[in-house]
Amino acid sequence: MRAFSQLLDGLVYTRSRNAKLALIAAYMREAPDPDCGWALAALTGDLNIPAVKASAIRAIVEERVDPVLFAMSRDYVGDLAETVSLLWPKRIDQPAEIDDGSLTLSAVIDRLMKLGRAEAPGVLGEMLDHLDSSGRFALLKLATGGLRVGISARLAKTGFAQAFGIDVDQVEEVWHALSAPYGELFAWGQGGEKPDPRGTPFFRPFMLAHPLEDGEVDLADYAAEWKWDGIRVQIVGTGEQVRLYSRAGDDITATFPDVADACAGIHAVLDGELLVQGEAQGTAEHGGAAASFNALQQRLGRKTVSAKMLSEYPAFVRLYDILLDGDEDLRELGWSDRRTRLEAFATRLDPSRFDVSAVIDAADFAALGDIRLGSRDAAIEGVMLKRRDSPYVAGRRTGLWYKWKRDPLTVDCVMMYAQRGHGKRSSFYSDYTLGCWTGDPAAGGELLPVAKAYSGFTDEELKWLDSFVRNHTLNRFGPVREVEKTLVMEIAFDSVHDSRRHKSGVAMRFPRIARIRRDKPAEEADLIETLRAMIS
Amino acid sequence: MAHWIEASPRGVYVRPADAWIDPSVPVDRALVTHGHADHARGGHSQVWATPETLAIMALRYGTEVGTSVAYGETISLGGVDATWVPAGHVLGSAQILLEHAGERIVVTGDYKRRADPTCAPFEPIPCDIFITEATFGLPVFRHPPIEQEIDKLLGALHASPDRCVLVGAYALGKAQRVIAEVRARGHHDPIYIHGAMERMCDLYRDFGIDLGELHSATAASADQLRGKIVVSPPSALNDRWSRRLPDPITAMASGWMRVRQRARQKNVELPLVISDHADWDELTATIREVAPSETWVTHGREEGLVHWCETHQMKARALALVGYEDEDEG
Ligand SMILES: [Zn+2]
Repeated sequence: MRAFSQLLDGLVYTRSRNAKLALIAAYMREAPDPDCGWALAALTGDLNIPAVKASAIRAIVEERVDPVLFAMSRDYVGDLAETVSLLWPKRIDQPAEIDDGSLTLSAVIDRLMKLGRAEAPGVLGEMLDHLDSSGRFALLKLATGGLRVGISARLAKTGFAQAFGIDVDQVEEVWHALSAPYGELFAWGQGGEKPDPRGTPFFRPFMLAHPLEDGEVDLADYAAEWKWDGIRVQIVGTGEQVRLYSRAGDDITATFPDVADACAGIHAVLDGELLVQGEAQGTAEHGGAAASFNALQQRLGRKTVSAKMLSEYPAFVRLYDILLDGDEDLRELGWSDRRTRLEAFATRLDPSRFDVSAVIDAADFAALGDIRLGSRDAAIEGVMLKRRDSPYVAGRRTGLWYKWKRDPLTVDCVMMYAQRGHGKRSSFYSDYTLGCWTGDPAAGGELLPVAKAYSGFTDEELKWLDSFVRNHTLNRFGPVREVEKTLVMEIAFDSVHDSRRHKSGVAMRFPRIARIRRDKPAEEADLIETLRAMIS
Repeated sequence: MAHWIEASPRGVYVRPADAWIDPSVPVDRALVTHGHADHARGGHSQVWATPETLAIMALRYGTEVGTSVAYGETISLGGVDATWVPAGHVLGSAQILLEHAGERIVVTGDYKRRADPTCAPFEPIPCDIFITEATFGLPVFRHPPIEQEIDKLLGALHASPDRCVLVGAYALGKAQRVIAEVRARGHHDPIYIHGAMERMCDLYRDFGIDLGELHSATAASADQLRGKIVVSPPSALNDRWSRRLPDPITAMASGWMRVRQRARQKNVELPLVISDHADWDELTATIREVAPSETWVTHGREEGLVHWCETHQMKARALALVGYEDEDEG
């Protein structure tokens, strides 16, 4: 465990990207098998250990440490895992600063994976007794999921690639076909064969778009499509099996059996937008209407789907792209050529479940701008611009794809509650619950929460907001502070919908803080009614 | 108990002596525990302190003079006997033992229990009222052995011979302690120091503390600094001053470095958990040892230490004195 916890410490404190890569590469080369593979999974965020909840950790700590001192410490340090790692009193006769070497990373993960919820606290406590504070931190982060050491999955894979002199894009290509602890990957690194995942369905990283800030593009070089408000989906068919993957590469096949069944037997990899049939966004003029994101949300996150759900919220996919046709990899082709192949391929699919995203016909960029402005009435988020000759490449590459969203809507809210952030923000109150008035506050109107926002501010503003929260706290509810309802914040958002889950009856999409309005009295913040009028 | 002493936000007031201990504003009579600026402020009419503390104050405030009281020496002011006893915090640091009307009160100022080659060790004094600091008054604060931290520093230095290790350390106390401990680990290369700590290092030497070969970092070329230790005040770590150093590894010596986010906020790559304050175990062990009938907590994480006392059936209260905590000092 010590080598791994030292790697994490190193990554936390190292600033330069190259130095981080060197640390990861050195660990990958030196750690024994399969520690190296588990560490790689932990760093890329591909390790899921289900059993341990934060409440279990609190419970074992409160058995050994005065709960009041623990709560004070937690409030001071911010992060639960770090607090526990620092104050854990060992029950065995050994200094707190010594990792006795009895636990290897693989043994720890092996044990955690098989752990039942009831036995978790006891086992965890025993493990903590053998580690130093760095080791305890690493263990608790592993056990609760999410290391948050400030490195991306890409950086971890690059570190692995660097350790063995492999091209990182080659690693990305096979990554999702493999699983932790990645024995085949390390065998390849040590001079073996590159893993060949053909025949098994696996996820390929999506191509993503940059926002189009102020620039302008020539429509001779770029094709325009509507930007649909659903979720990106990748359909992978091997001829025998078919899988649906979300943007993050999660397998969502079981959640959308209607779509999966409709394309059973295909042998291709397709990219599209998963939507629910309906009328809320777009019309026939836009290549077909779809229901709002809110309708799709009824279907998301379910492990099993009822027949009622399937008939009330029937899903379909609006196709954007084709990556593989049979075993033929089309990703090196330009967008126009892939589009031709996609249109040809789509004729074989069930038209009630699949259509091809329409290309917008606009004479030039200015004309497209007018069309985009007009799309607000049809509740469309904006347009996508895709370079006609660009290959399909993973991630966001400058100059290839752009999203050109319509301007956001804004509303003035009042800060009601604040909570500490995560990772490097864990010592700051950076997550805010914001409210609007049910009626004129002078006539007894009250604030009801309408949004949570935790982005859109600068570091300087965050410091100011953090001290505002600390100096205006009315009540503490665990990690949440209720603040004096005096601070107005202008919130930008993409759209607003009906919501039965919120007392206010509305839910915003992508709320973020546009401006802190210290100048504005809280009574002048907006009414919920104003927000309702913006429902699309 | 002890109607002759009271706490106000400005400091601890000893009524019969009409004197303040470590007052935060100028007063007539000040009894000073140690030379840190938050305890030893300028502008008092009369000051009593150890000779080392007076020398430090003179260095900072110019010609200020006061009455020098050696460790163990007792003075009498308005019927109160005051004795300066080593606190182990920095050179010249003292607890002040006050005796009056059959009662004994100890004001610790800042203190620590670990060995420190640059100052006299803390001496526990049994008393009725123990007025203590609590900078690290939460159980998350446990300082590791200093040898371990110095070895981390030397390890980083030897692993990167083309770089230098820039150690942020408080100019009074921490800097000299780190240098002396580095020497004690057998590292005798010249150490380069920031201009702001040159006079303080000279003062330590005048009092007989050996710091080995020190040079001005400002006068040295980048090439001379490769593979060397450079010590600067914490404020200079991310400042323009440090840009001329050869690819420095930024270290910081402070008890706060125990908390990852604290280290990251300061852009520290090599956190060294070295503190001149008592950690949680030392604070609680000291209270047990001096066994007061009441503990008053002057500053720091007061609520933690007060809670501990109460759960151990000891009377305690937080004084919430202001102006005693300097972020960088720790
Ligand atoms: Zn001090």
